[in-house]
Amino acid sequence: MSDFLKLDLLGASIALKNKEISSVELTNAYLNAIEKTSSLGAYLDVQADYALEMANRSDKKIQQGTAGPLEGIPIGVKDMFCTKNIKTTASSKILENFYPTYESTVTQNLWNDGAVMLGKLSCDEFAMGSSNETAAKGNVINPWSKTNPMSPGGSSGGSAAAVAARSALAATGTDTGGSIRQPAAFCGITGLKPTYGRCSRWGIVAFSSSLDQAGPLTRTVSDAALMLNSMAGYDVKDSTSANISMPDLMTYLDNSIKGKKIGIPKEYTQDGISQDIMKFYESSISWLKDSGAEIVPVSLPHTKYALPVYYIIAPAEASSNLARYDGVRYGVRNEAATLDEMYELTRGNGFGDEVKRRIMIGTYVLSSGYYDAYYLKAQKVRRLIKEDFENVFKNVDYLLTPSTPTTAFELGQKQDPLTMYLNDIFTVPASLAGVPGISIPVGLDNSGLPVGVQLIANSFDEPGLINVARTLEKCADFNLIPDGAAK
Amino acid sequence: MSSIKSIVDIPTVNKIARLARLEILEKNKQNLTNDLNNILEFVAQLNEVDTSNVEPLASVTGHKLPLRNDEVTDGNIGELVLQNAPETSSGFFVVPKVIE
Repeated sequence: MSDFLKLDLLGASIALKNKEISSVELTNAYLNAIEKTSSLGAYLDVQADYALEMANRSDKKIQQGTAGPLEGIPIGVKDMFCTKNIKTTASSKILENFYPTYESTVTQNLWNDGAVMLGKLSCDEFAMGSSNETAAKGNVINPWSKTNPMSPGGSSGGSAAAVAARSALAATGTDTGGSIRQPAAFCGITGLKPTYGRCSRWGIVAFSSSLDQAGPLTRTVSDAALMLNSMAGYDVKDSTSANISMPDLMTYLDNSIKGKKIGIPKEYTQDGISQDIMKFYESSISWLKDSGAEIVPVSLPHTKYALPVYYIIAPAEASSNLARYDGVRYGVRNEAATLDEMYELTRGNGFGDEVKRRIMIGTYVLSSGYYDAYYLKAQKVRRLIKEDFENVFKNVDYLLTPSTPTTAFELGQKQDPLTMYLNDIFTVPASLAGVPGISIPVGLDNSGLPVGVQLIANSFDEPGLINVARTLEKCADFNLIPDGAAK
Repeated sequence: MSSIKSIVDIPTVNKIARLARLEILEKNKQNLTNDLNNILEFVAQLNEVDTSNVEPLASVTGHKLPLRNDEVTDGNIGELVLQNAPETSSGFFVVPKVIE
């Protein structure tokens, strides 16, 4: 492996600032790695010239002593983020020719801090999926695959695969019900979903607006802290953006967790969970205990209702958000004699099966006669789920859970939508409550596939979350590189 | 408390597809109907939960929707607004003829 690729984000940024390496060298190493790992299908679009131009600018800034916190760091961007004049498709056919005329707030924050954009990363269509198989341009392959190609998870599958395969130093993702944490777990990397409102949603293709949240996918917890430092921030352009400042996460990394109370929710260890995952989950509990934390058994009684609530609320919001794809203002149009036929053909042709399913479910639960029984009911149970978290955080500081019920599965294995939805069983509750969660890799299962565990904190306690995650990361000492990574 | 009890059939799928302005090919309708029924059956377990005294939760932020001064913050970007449109004419979006 090229020496450049060995450096994690923190290491690379120190080497850049010490002028041991240049951003152009580093960016070239990553462009080369993208080429070598292209069969994984992580990238939808590589912006080599643009990346080198940005790298050049970064090198000048470093020389002049005006470098930003992420100066010269080459990253990949999930194709849900609008990037000015760079094609943004949300992995959908309906947006295959969409060139935004503006930049999302989160990506602009990253560029302002010096990051270099390598290109756009594949994801499930409109971030709807848990395997990256609903992408219009085809699936992404998990670099940990053995004989048969495995799913990288989803919806941020391209982001997770690229970071694991060393074809991006870090990547942005979005998480609506687990779309950062589940692929991070499947690909053996770190994935952080911040508190709802921490990162601006402005310029991110909308899926389910009361749940969507941007966050980083990185090799390490420190790298996640560095990325989130830049991504987060109040934004007047997003009315749900939180006007609460976030301290520099890097200063919390290595605090002691002595005396911190870690809740172990009994609802997260029920049937269907793999033995190997249980084993590492139990090790993780011991590691935190050995690090001085107090382990407290807790209960979040409405956990089992999180998935049904999610699969009403997310499709309902999606059906409303996706009404904008009408063949009039942007995206692909299918011509027809009347306006209504044009809408129907355009949407029928432009959306894939999973997106259509969710629009149908969403339209149904919002339709006259069913609104109260489904949508309103789901919103009420959502409150109970949120109250579960509020109650539990009166007694404990953090929760530790498995990230996923299984490790990565083979592509094409889960055909039934409901079976696929069950992947998000451990990640959806935190999304519904709006609280932050992080998945970090802790080991490999019997088949050599990564296992992740999830830490959940109370709203806006990213500093503490990062601190506990870093502690657990040190104990797990997971530093393996998949066979599918760039050499 | 209202109860969740409904079975989706092909005419219902047609109606919902029409509301969503979404063309569903004839050959896919049965599968889609089955999928929707499975999903609706799965979410029906919410009926077990007593929510008689629970207010619906629409947003987790808890803060009021912020207001801003009523002043122009951008504009004069007609060209940019139209840039991605499939068809435009003289600064307008073009749609198929609408005669009612």
